[in-house]
Amino acid sequence: MVVAGIDVGSKMAKVVIMDGDRNILSYVMARTGTDHGKTSEEVLNEALEKAGLKREDLEKIVATGFGKISVPFADDEVTQVIAAGKGAYFVRPSARTVIEVGAEESRAISLDENGNVKDFALADKCAAGAGSFVDAMIRYLEVTPEEFGQLALKATRAIPMNAQCVVFAESEVVSLLHSNVPKAEISRAIHDAIADRVIAIARRLDIRDDVLLIGGLANDIGFIESMKRELGKDVYVPEDYPPELVPAIGAALSAVQGVR
Amino acid sequence: MGVKVRPFECWDDFKKYRMEYYRNYLEAKENGSIRWAGSAWAFDPVPAGLGEDVYPLTGEPYGATAAFFRDFSMRALETIERKGAARDLCGYMRNYWGSVAMDKYLLADGAEIEPFPKPDFNFTIHICCTHAKWYHYAAELEGGVPTYAVDISVGPGYLLNDKKIEYVVRQLEDAIQWMEKVTGREYDDELLIRAVENEARSMTLWSKICKLNQNTPAPMEEKSMFSFYVMTLLRRSDEKIVKLYEKLYKEVESRVKRGIGALTQEQFRFVTDNPPPWPFLKVYRYLEENYGAVSVGSIYTFGLGAAWLGMDEKGENWIWEPAPTPEEAGYEIHDRRSALWWTAMFNLKYRASWQHEYSHWIRKQETYQMVKDWKADAIIMHLNRGCELWNMSTLEVRDYLVRNGVSVATYEGNMADPREFDEARTFNVIDSFMQSLGIEKLT
Ligand code: SF4
Repeated sequence: MVVAGIDVGSKMAKVVIMDGDRNILSYVMARTGTDHGKTSEEVLNEALEKAGLKREDLEKIVATGFGKISVPFADDEVTQVIAAGKGAYFVRPSARTVIEVGAEESRAISLDENGNVKDFALADKCAAGAGSFVDAMIRYLEVTPEEFGQLALKATRAIPMNAQCVVFAESEVVSLLHSNVPKAEISRAIHDAIADRVIAIARRLDIRDDVLLIGGLANDIGFIESMKRELGKDVYVPEDYPPELVPAIGAALSAVQGVR
Repeated sequence: MGVKVRPFECWDDFKKYRMEYYRNYLEAKENGSIRWAGSAWAFDPVPAGLGEDVYPLTGEPYGATAAFFRDFSMRALETIERKGAARDLCGYMRNYWGSVAMDKYLLADGAEIEPFPKPDFNFTIHICCTHAKWYHYAAELEGGVPTYAVDISVGPGYLLNDKKIEYVVRQLEDAIQWMEKVTGREYDDELLIRAVENEARSMTLWSKICKLNQNTPAPMEEKSMFSFYVMTLLRRSDEKIVKLYEKLYKEVESRVKRGIGALTQEQFRFVTDNPPPWPFLKVYRYLEENYGAVSVGSIYTFGLGAAWLGMDEKGENWIWEPAPTPEEAGYEIHDRRSALWWTAMFNLKYRASWQHEYSHWIRKQETYQMVKDWKADAIIMHLNRGCELWNMSTLEVRDYLVRNGVSVATYEGNMADPREFDEARTFNVIDSFMQSLGIEKLT
């Protein structure tokens, strides 16, 4: 049996092809673009090709993510919370708290020892604690995403960012730049501010070890460090797969369960 | 086989009363009658002593009706914001102010009438930081309307004593003299006594009706309850409201006996907490249609209009049992003082929504006990940006419930500002919550 999980996020579309024994046969990640239906079709075909399979080989396709409704060929859909929870348990069975920071959304999920979702909290309608905010800041600082994360580690002092809102935060960054504050310190300030907001959501739950960080921002070393500092505990990221792939893995796992 | 469902027979009576209520207020001056406006929590029996032709307009239900008619609400909110009102103020109040500022009055069916009918006086209470200020500013917008606010912040009911009751009674005595002065009418104590008795009867009747929803299948879903409970907030001291509740009580009782439910398939029972997002009651419909999930009540619908024993004397447990009427308590109301004493005591002690403002603990016990008594599978909480008072301690309550094994979902919104609700996100929360509990969608 072979299934596919597809996660259409606001920035990236991800596909995972999985067999009945829960082995990942291939995966693909690509920019979502404007035509979600077309992109999901393309990433699915690419993932099938990588696995040496054809569309007819798939027994079930489960979609998740904000664009899940625009995947016309999906047999079923699963909410992002469930998908992220299942995927997180798969990549790190000891995870009890999952924090996902996507391009436009962040969420925290509490898992029980069997990987079931016990509780969850979603961010409100604000981009200040999400990846697209970071994208905007990277543009302001004129650095690459990798440099942005590394820069934060070089900061020698913490500067608090007061603005709660992304619009004001942007102007705060601009004024820091004009005051010749080193980019390293600005980078750390931004990372700390996002961590602060994300943790505020997670604190609605009981934050238990292990804390697993997933979503695009989990690739950012500066953010991981800020999270560790603000939470006062270790934070893990998936080791074998990109952190943004986790919900697609969860969707594929749902598909396997559904077929069984 | 599914559960039998049937529309409420007394539905039209309630609807008719609501239509008449807003129209009576509108037309009062044509017949030389008196109009007063104030919070739905104000001591409603007190102005009743001014005569049988005294018509109130309570602000919160008016604000909720305005919110329900989204287009009207948007115009009202924008109008008052242009005058400088901040968006984080009470949503009901902003709708009300906006309506006055636009000089447009809304009837229960959404019809808009010009101009806004000015009250002869405003009479309100002050427990929420908003209530007194609401009518002070409304009075200004109305070009100067006499306004009186009663301070009731004397602490929770289980710690009530004679001194505290006396503090409120004196203000009510003073209010009566003030009302005589501003209206030029002589006050009738007999009317007051009747109104005080009616208030207690209508509120305890609503408690008894709420209790019937502990049955499975639930005879009422919360959307219907919204139309029923509001009578206690319009004019609970009116004899007609007592009659309406007597009729409803009989009907709900008979539904329970005959196994008539609110939903054909009750797969899941939940309770809610805060005022709902009035412009988006489809949240309830979504839960019903997709998951066979019925809301059997809320701290809001039960807490505002009904009278409950509430916190026990030690302040340890919450008791969801109807409070006694003067008759049941063996209390004789024979003059103005005894009438005012009863209404002050009754509201301060038994009005659930006047208790939990004083402590997280009370709200926690109140909510936890409600989940248990109404046999709910979960609570769905509205993180409501429209009401500071009701939203106070919501997240602490959530935490407490989760720690005590209650399943909780939260969604964000605003009871009375349609601009602050995200439909897709809310449905996403609901789907995630249901999936996490293993509740399948109905096919
Ligand atoms: S803030 Fe809440 S309690 Fe206060 S007046 Fe408004 S609705 Fe009522």
